[in-house]
Amino acid sequence: MNFIKNHNCDQRNFQSLSNKQNSKEYVSKKQILLLLFFGAIIGILNGFFGGGGGMVCVPILQKALNLTSKESHATAIAVIFPLSLVSASIYIYNGAVKSLPLITIGLGVVVGGIIGAYLLKFMPTKILRIVFAVIMLISGVRMII
Amino acid sequence: MNIFLYVLFGIIGGIFGGLGMGGGTLLIPLLTIFLNLDQKMCQGINLISFLVMALISILIHYKHGYIKLNGISYIIISGILFSILGAFLVNYLSTFVLRIIFGVFLIFLAVIEFLKILSKKN
Repeated sequence: MNFIKNHNCDQRNFQSLSNKQNSKEYVSKKQILLLLFFGAIIGILNGFFGGGGGMVCVPILQKALNLTSKESHATAIAVIFPLSLVSASIYIYNGAVKSLPLITIGLGVVVGGIIGAYLLKFMPTKILRIVFAVIMLISGVRMII
Repeated sequence: MNIFLYVLFGIIGGIFGGLGMGGGTLLIPLLTIFLNLDQKMCQGINLISFLVMALISILIHYKHGYIKLNGISYIIISGILFSILGAFLVNYLSTFVLRIIFGVFLIFLAVIEFLKILSKKN
């Protein structure tokens, strides 16, 4: 009986310890410099190209903060969100966006996004990634020519 | 007819986004190549529709605990400052030049993707 009590107590102590670790920021000075530097690159790319910052952000989060693939994909969205909010406001302020294409395409993107999120469960991601990279390569070349 | 095509291409771009493959980077060339829309407008539309999608996925990912807040404030602060610079810089370039630079950027992203795929195999 005593043993069980002790065991429970240990578990509780361990939990409170790991909670403390989560709530404190654990980053070295070197990491801070890296994050500031890559933040600048991601920001300028995302503002200038109106997207793509997330794709650059994922591998950086993986390397600089030691996140797993899944964590870095999710965290990248949270990082890009405020950046996109600021750049989107500037694009609107500059009068670059017309309302009809915005509403119709935006509606499509939301519907497509939900479909995509469901499809993810049934799709072989490796093949998809290759297809995606090939399409991107072709589009890139097509835009230059 | 245009409205139908806009929605259709939005859906195609959105599906890639939902699959977690940086759909925006594909939405922009789809719209400029096939629908001949203005590059700057497509970039603006992409940013705004990303915001809507991101809001939903941030909520879901946060619930599952995949979003790690440790240290990201540094990226966000410098990112916001430089995204202001980036968004203003766009105004000084013609659509023609911007399209070419965007094409180079896409090829660069494609190479990153290929490298990621290769590194996962090893």
